[in-house]
Amino acid sequence: MNASALLAAEAEVAAATGITAYAWLLIGLPLLGAGILLLGGKATNAWGHYLATALSWASFVLGLLITLSMIGRGAEERAMSVGGWNWVPAGQFQLETGLLVDQLSVSFVLLITFVGSLIHVYSIGYMEHDPDRRRFFAYLNLFVAAMLLLVLADSYLLLFVGWEGVGLASYLLIGFWNHNPAYATAANKAFFVNRVGDVGMSIAIMFMFATFGSVDFATVNAGAAEAGSTAMTVLGLLLLVGACAKSAQFPLQSWLGDAMAGPTPVSALIHAATMVTAGVYLIVRSNAVFDAAPNAQLAVAIVGAITLLYGAIVGCAKDDIKKALAASTMSQIGYMMLAAGLGPVGYAFAIFHLITHGFFKAGMFLGAGSVMHGMNDQVDMRRFGGLSGAMKITWATFALGWLAILGVPPFSGFWSKDKIIEAAFIGEGWRPWVLGGIALLGAGITAFYMSRLFFMTFHGKKRWTDDVHPHESPLTMTIPMMVLAVGSGLLGLVLSWGGMFTSWLEPVTGGHGEEHPVLPVPVLIGLTMLLVAAGAAYAWMLYWRDEVPQVAPRGSLATQAARADLYQDAINEGLFMRPGTHLTRALVFTDGKGVDGLVGSLAATVGGLSSRLRRIQTGYARSYALTMLTGVVAVLGALWVMN
Amino acid sequence: MNDLPLLTIMMVVPLVGAAVIALLPAGSARLARPIALGTSLVTLALALVAWARFDSGSSERYQLTETHSWIPQFGVSYAVGVDGIALSLIVMAAILTPVCLLAAWNDLEGTPDGDDPKRTKTYFALMLTLLTFMVGVFAARDVFLFYVFFEAMLIPVYFLIGLFGGPRRQYAAVKFILFSLAGGLIMLVAVIALYIYGPGGEQGFLYEVLEGNVGGSTAAQRWMFIGFFIALAIKAPMWPVHTWLPDAAAEARPATAVLLVGVLDKVGTFGMIRFCLGFFPEASKWATPVVITLAVISILYGALLAIGSRDIMRLIAFTSISHFGFIVLGIFAMTSTAGNGSALYMINHGFSTAGLFLLAGFLIARHGSQRLADYGGWQRVTPVLAGTFLVAGLSSLALPGLSSYVSEFLVLAGTFQRYPWVAAISTLGIVLAALYILLMYKRVFTGPRPTFSDAGSGVTAPRDLGLRERIVVVPIIASFLVLGIYPKPVLDLVSPAVQQTLQLVGVSDPAPTNATGSAQ
Repeated sequence: MNASALLAAEAEVAAATGITAYAWLLIGLPLLGAGILLLGGKATNAWGHYLATALSWASFVLGLLITLSMIGRGAEERAMSVGGWNWVPAGQFQLETGLLVDQLSVSFVLLITFVGSLIHVYSIGYMEHDPDRRRFFAYLNLFVAAMLLLVLADSYLLLFVGWEGVGLASYLLIGFWNHNPAYATAANKAFFVNRVGDVGMSIAIMFMFATFGSVDFATVNAGAAEAGSTAMTVLGLLLLVGACAKSAQFPLQSWLGDAMAGPTPVSALIHAATMVTAGVYLIVRSNAVFDAAPNAQLAVAIVGAITLLYGAIVGCAKDDIKKALAASTMSQIGYMMLAAGLGPVGYAFAIFHLITHGFFKAGMFLGAGSVMHGMNDQVDMRRFGGLSGAMKITWATFALGWLAILGVPPFSGFWSKDKIIEAAFIGEGWRPWVLGGIALLGAGITAFYMSRLFFMTFHGKKRWTDDVHPHESPLTMTIPMMVLAVGSGLLGLVLSWGGMFTSWLEPVTGGHGEEHPVLPVPVLIGLTMLLVAAGAAYAWMLYWRDEVPQVAPRGSLATQAARADLYQDAINEGLFMRPGTHLTRALVFTDGKGVDGLVGSLAATVGGLSSRLRRIQTGYARSYALTMLTGVVAVLGALWVMN
Repeated sequence: MNDLPLLTIMMVVPLVGAAVIALLPAGSARLARPIALGTSLVTLALALVAWARFDSGSSERYQLTETHSWIPQFGVSYAVGVDGIALSLIVMAAILTPVCLLAAWNDLEGTPDGDDPKRTKTYFALMLTLLTFMVGVFAARDVFLFYVFFEAMLIPVYFLIGLFGGPRRQYAAVKFILFSLAGGLIMLVAVIALYIYGPGGEQGFLYEVLEGNVGGSTAAQRWMFIGFFIALAIKAPMWPVHTWLPDAAAEARPATAVLLVGVLDKVGTFGMIRFCLGFFPEASKWATPVVITLAVISILYGALLAIGSRDIMRLIAFTSISHFGFIVLGIFAMTSTAGNGSALYMINHGFSTAGLFLLAGFLIARHGSQRLADYGGWQRVTPVLAGTFLVAGLSSLALPGLSSYVSEFLVLAGTFQRYPWVAAISTLGIVLAALYILLMYKRVFTGPRPTFSDAGSGVTAPRDLGLRERIVVVPIIASFLVLGIYPKPVLDLVSPAVQQTLQLVGVSDPAPTNATGSAQ
């Protein structure tokens, strides 16, 4: 689509009518829940979690109705804008709040509210015995509201409010059990790394204002094509910095593993299904900017490719079930980023994979939570094994997620991930071979580490500690897992039926011509399946057939590196934290000795004077009034003399 | 009714309240507190009336004016009047004063001589006196009158710190007064020079007479600019003349610290807009590179020192140095966006710093220590205090959605239009802000629940925020939310004043580099 067509398309966004006009309620309902639970105090302890869950479902129902009404309209009339209020009228900078309800945003709305509501239900069981359950549900509602604002906002500044809102919810929930200092540190780390990304985001928004005079999507999209590729490359790279932090992409990925300190439902919702995918949303939403900046686009693809390998490698070495899943999340979002970096051929698949991943990864996280629930909150897979018998529902639902992430047909992941691999092989020169090759290789490694995780947990010999008595979780927990498992099984097939989802998104992501991968599609599918089978088989040999040691062997240098997250923390510490600490200490020292010392010596000089002054500081207001008067008279006298 | 001298009444009312308190017989000294609170609430009501009377759409530079000849021989008048920026600061001071009085309600209990009726009377009378001067310094429309208030403010603050402060109060108070007097003397020279180079006449010190009419050579204008700027930078406070602030804030009572940092220091940035830009536009442009450099240093330096602070009150003081850097940056970026941002920032910073200081004060009152290392795990002990402290902290780190974000973004975006690199470097401040706030929160509130009972000493765990303390917090947090979601009332108020200032300087906003986008 050329610029003028885009301009026309943007101008056509009609004011919302019917049910869509109530779109603010999508955000308002969960926000209300958070407010009631936080301000209501102990009085809401008894029913707060039900209220929060109900409001989350209400938001889903409203989202569903809005989507249905959108489907009922023609493709050209689907996007609608919902007005808000005059937010920042500040001289040259003028911005009103508003929501953009289009195909992309409602896709997210449904994912967020549906998976979010299921996780609310699950948490009723999971957090049953936690004394701070009310606070937990308040934060969950806050998160849902912020995430909905993020995807519904019609300007970058309002998007950023949601962006930080989810970051805040993430911080609060990672640190939910912050009486453990390590968890408090993990929460801080997540916030700090995300702030680094925020620097990129903030400068990007300033850049838009300086370039286009406004920061709403319509203006930026309309101007992007004509603003020049240098400017758009700068803008694209700045947005990418923001996206990298939020989506735990290289080199800002270090916080995600530690974020597993949060309660497991949080890991499922925020750190797998929704929040961490916001970076992908940002890139796809800014497609006009990236389409005008091929170099920034390539950077997105490269970041995605690096991260998908990085996460996969780290995932192979983790024994903590949640950290292994976290590494997998990183890697899968790497796939989405890669797709988003491919331009119009990839945008829709990035979002498609984001949706299917939201289901199967959330399902597996809830499964992990269920396992922990039955195993005294242990997370070391070396002390699991053979749980398939003790937890049949958990095992079965997890198995569907496992098959989905492996990309085994006809399960969900196959339909989305395979399309990304195919798309990565489209193009000219070295790009398709390198990017496609990495995507393909990643599929094999994914099969290995996910099978390792699945077999170590549910199959092989029982390596349980003596004090555990694994049991299946209550229905409030297993029903959400079953629903997500159905999604893991079928969603991909349903949404890709007749290219349904991609053509649904096309008005937003832009169309593209028919392009073919450098290798024939059947060959690619065959290669992928071969690698997946090989990866799974290797994992079967090591972690099902052979005995798994209860204590991790030292391992090769590569294993040690992967176990230490490829030394990401050591690098960050050496590059930033230690120099920063030294700088701070040095400044504190000089502030006390240098600047202050200079003033101090000045003070000492007048010390004699001040001690005499102190004598006349009697504390009587009248004597001070007199002094003041004298001073004023002296000044006036001076003036008079000068004239 | 229209001739009602509203601003003067707002100055007289607290003074009368202070006089009544001073005259109270020793036996009824306890009445000092309700009298002080009542008086400040009356002043607040008057401030709101003033706001309602103020017409943002009017082209009048100053409104609610009163002018009386005072010393016509020297061009000195008793002249008051406000533009939107001044009025917004007065309203803020009028809101924060009752909040601080309520927070300081039990400040003197448990201190040596705490039940001395004279001390109680002095404490609350001084706070009211301070309110008079705060209104006066922003309402003045005559440079000389401004100067009188500028210096007079020092007196109540000096005593509030020196008589009622912490263990090193004498040192802090003397340091404060020395810095301020030094600045004041430099400014006095500039004020006198202003009269000489100004148009003169019986009202030669009136703002509107001076604005755009200061003569003299380029060099003379620059010297006058420097004279004003140094005094105002000390007040603001900017690096490298900031060192009095951490000591003053750490030794002062939290309520005093709020009024000092949240309101009085705004005189510095307010004066930069009013005098530096308004009277010496060419000199301001000449000095811009230096001022912006100092502002950026203040932003980063203040933040780094906050990170390194081991004392809660000092930490909060250093965050303010960083925030004042942003305000100054926005003023000297000279765009309408950044100017609006700075004006809004002054208000938002007043509230967020009040939140931090007062809540830190509540914490310190419970534990008797300002050292971060003496805390840990307090979220388990005082959850409401922890939650509200976190919200105040988030406002300080400019979390989007809260008020301070809007102003910080406007400052940076407006600066970016002219100086992209400066804005980009200053944006690093947001990472440092997260560090100083969340590290402080972690040290104080997270970790295992502390134990309080030393074997049979009968010490019980501190109680969470009481009703009085919660009432103190409500208006502060409400301001974060309301001004974050709907800053329009304040922006509408300050916007015309910002525009007028930029017209005085003679600059216009840079156009967007890509015209297609802005054509929409």
